[in-house]
Amino acid sequence: MATLDLINVQKSFGPTKILHNISISMADGEFLVLVGPSGCGKSTLMNIIAGLEEPSAGELRLDGRDITPLPPADRNISMVFQSYALYPNMTVAKNIEFPLAMRKVEKSKRAERIKSVARLLQIEHLLDRKPRQLSGGQRQRVAIGRALAREPRLYLFDEPLSNLDAQLRLDMRTEIKKLHQRLGATIVYVTHDQIEAMTLATRIAVMKGGVLQQLGTPYEVYNRPANTFVAGFMGSPRMNLIKARLVRNGSELALDIQTGTRPPVRIELPDMPPAMNAHIGSEVIAGVRAEAVDLARPGRVAGPTERAFDARVEVIEPTGADTLVVLDLGGNEFTVRLGPDASLKPGQDARFFVDLAKLVCFDAKTEALIA
Amino acid sequence: MADHRSQGFGADRILLYAVLLCLALLFLLPVYVMVVNSVKPLDEIRGGNLMALPVVWTIEPWLTAWSTAQIGVQPTGLKPYFLNSFLLVVPAVAISTLIGALNGYILTQFRFRGANLLFAAMLFSVFIPFQIVLIPMAKTLGILGLAGTVKGLIFVNVVYGIGFTTLFFRNYYAAFPIELIRSARIDGADFFGVLFRILLPSSGPIIVVTVIWQFTNIWNEFLFGASFSDYSSFPITVALNNLVNSSTGVKEYNVHFAGAFIAAVPTLVVYLISGKYFVRGLMAGSVKG
Amino acid sequence: MRAGVLPKLLLSPSVLLVLVCVYGYIMFTIYLSFTSSTLMPSYEWAGTASYQRLFALENWHVSLNNLWVFASLYIGVAIVLGLGFAILIDQHIRAETAFRSIFLYPMALSFIVTGTAWKWLLDPGVGLEHTMHDLGWESFAFGWIKDSDKAIYCVVIAAVWQTTGFVMALFLAGLRGVDAEQISAARVDGARSWQIYLHIIIPQLGPVFVSAFVILAHMAIKSYDLIVALTNGGPGRSTWLPSVFMYQYSFTRNEMSVGAASAVMMLAAIGLVVLPYLFSEMRKVKNG
Repeated sequence: MATLDLINVQKSFGPTKILHNISISMADGEFLVLVGPSGCGKSTLMNIIAGLEEPSAGELRLDGRDITPLPPADRNISMVFQSYALYPNMTVAKNIEFPLAMRKVEKSKRAERIKSVARLLQIEHLLDRKPRQLSGGQRQRVAIGRALAREPRLYLFDEPLSNLDAQLRLDMRTEIKKLHQRLGATIVYVTHDQIEAMTLATRIAVMKGGVLQQLGTPYEVYNRPANTFVAGFMGSPRMNLIKARLVRNGSELALDIQTGTRPPVRIELPDMPPAMNAHIGSEVIAGVRAEAVDLARPGRVAGPTERAFDARVEVIEPTGADTLVVLDLGGNEFTVRLGPDASLKPGQDARFFVDLAKLVCFDAKTEALIA
Repeated sequence: MADHRSQGFGADRILLYAVLLCLALLFLLPVYVMVVNSVKPLDEIRGGNLMALPVVWTIEPWLTAWSTAQIGVQPTGLKPYFLNSFLLVVPAVAISTLIGALNGYILTQFRFRGANLLFAAMLFSVFIPFQIVLIPMAKTLGILGLAGTVKGLIFVNVVYGIGFTTLFFRNYYAAFPIELIRSARIDGADFFGVLFRILLPSSGPIIVVTVIWQFTNIWNEFLFGASFSDYSSFPITVALNNLVNSSTGVKEYNVHFAGAFIAAVPTLVVYLISGKYFVRGLMAGSVKG
Repeated sequence: MRAGVLPKLLLSPSVLLVLVCVYGYIMFTIYLSFTSSTLMPSYEWAGTASYQRLFALENWHVSLNNLWVFASLYIGVAIVLGLGFAILIDQHIRAETAFRSIFLYPMALSFIVTGTAWKWLLDPGVGLEHTMHDLGWESFAFGWIKDSDKAIYCVVIAAVWQTTGFVMALFLAGLRGVDAEQISAARVDGARSWQIYLHIIIPQLGPVFVSAFVILAHMAIKSYDLIVALTNGGPGRSTWLPSVFMYQYSFTRNEMSVGAASAVMMLAAIGLVVLPYLFSEMRKVKNG
């Protein structure tokens, strides 16, 4: 069990700054996922946590102990690599034994640990094979087994599922989640796949360009993204972001959505947080997720936070489980998620209900959430 | 090793550089000795030691080695034999490279029975001890009227270079993107069209590697030179050996060193200029077929 | 594409030349070894007489013994040094290119040049021993090259100097071919540098050891130029190798069939070392 604190970690390679002041505090047993597009610095940050690279500035503390100057061997961490990094000349058993041998664990204890880890990961029948005789999924388990063998304080996973095919990836994702629940381990996990982040994490750190964009639970990151980047990166389809003008509509507020010469669409807003008042008269970026919209069927009454709006259907994409419909909303593309039975046609004008309780607005200049 | 931690100036780094420096100096020692002693007068060498810098600098040994040293029965110095080597090397390299390119092309872009076997046979030819072909080759050159001539040496070096040059080009062309060749054929390119318009223009690196490899090997070659040439056609390696080994009486070490250096200069220059291509040749020559 | 007439036609000169000048000549020499040729080739069948004479000759035994000593030392030392140099250079040093160039340049030299340089370097009268005396170490002795028992070691020294750079280049490429993530994993697992080399990197270099061995072994068997330039077979016959033996008996001592027999033995030795290697490599290529 361990807590991990990253304090103002920075990293530069020459004149290029890769990581800008990353500060994260992890509690014991947390599953922290670092997610972001390629080049956002997540792998560099992971290498720094592992001790494979040195930060240019900042501190790392494991259980309160400063580990910044320590080499990887002395940090009591384990790491699972994207390409598994199994030692090709050793059998599976020897691979798992290697970290134990390096720490000079007693021989009898080693055999015990190898057995229990192999049983946990269902690789007992593979112990005498060499890595080249294993499939991708099997190699992945052995890599995890090698990490588990030492019972370290902290586990690091560097895009471990990227090299697996789609179905296997889903299966292993569940396995990793089960492992976390079973061991109660503290895990830092890197991925570029936002769905992996959402399903696995207790907290997500969204990164872009070496800057921490948001640190929050999956719910927070999904429903109250800190800025338009997080809003657009997390969730599939991405959150609809539309420029609108915040105006006063009697005693309430409303959004005027207009592009070019087409007539504006006005959407009345229910009670909004007081911070919004400062933006009356200016442009904001309104964010609504595709599933916050429903089709206004005959007989359907709007809920207290729902408002109606009309739009033209442009494209219909049935996925089997639901139907994604791309609408033209005042000149903007707007994606909504409807049930699998929605029968709309391209070019059709229709009425929809949007649940404005799920609305988030961003400052048009800073792109930050107006909270 | 992949260590991204800063490589500071700890004790083990200093030790590492010290060891490397010592080894480097040891490796440079023979060349240093050669050069330094080739500009000393003879009595300085005998009186002093090989490592010391010259007290009196003289280029006499170089002049002697080049134009007046006794090689065999003629006091001509190494100059005519230096020329012989060039007359030998240039055509031999050109011809064997062209043959290699042609063979590599044919072996990789055309299917026919026994192609692999033929290639293996050519490949094995570079490993044989050349002593085993000396007697019949001597007879053959005699019959062809090429015995004791530079042309004869060109022939011999080309024949026994086919294996290597074919190996280089074959491996290179085997990795060539096949779509380029297919689309060229669809566009109507024939046998020579594909070779001259598609493959050869993209063969820069391997041509350089092959030329450097062949130049070095043929320039440095001794056995064939010693067996199949006479005083008019010695390459420089044979002449140098003649100079050093058959000098009776006073051993003019300084002249020997100067001569050795003269013989070494062309390949050393090629080595220094070509850098990574030289290494590529070494690696390709040592890696499988 | 299936080969038409033209490619086969253009390939045939090379095929012909190789078939005749390599395999044909080998057959010829093998035949000669079963004759009783002396000064000139004679075609009179003499059975295994030349081989019997060969195996009884003191000179041949000396040559074989020297080859054994030379080859094992040469291969062993070159591989150990080559691997050592490669590991040193792999340590992310500055001026890596310069160091590599310095260790590799002897490969660009002719063995005659190498032999000439080392001949005088190792000569007690003018080389190392003389230099040490001149510098004050009167009791220093290094007359190996004039010593019949030790001269062969001088050949080893010169040959190792010449080819260590090449072995280093082979191992360096091998070292750098090891997956970097494995090394990171080993560091996280707690291994120190030397342990990583010992347990993870070097075991993966198996193929490089084999390549280096095959090439060095075949060079050792073929060694001729270096001997001629360094010691000319001497003192006496103490640095004779089979290659020297062959030349001497074929062209100087007028026992051509014996010389041919010795050449056949050299070929057999090389075949033993190279053919298994070639077969396994060709099979690897065929199986993709």
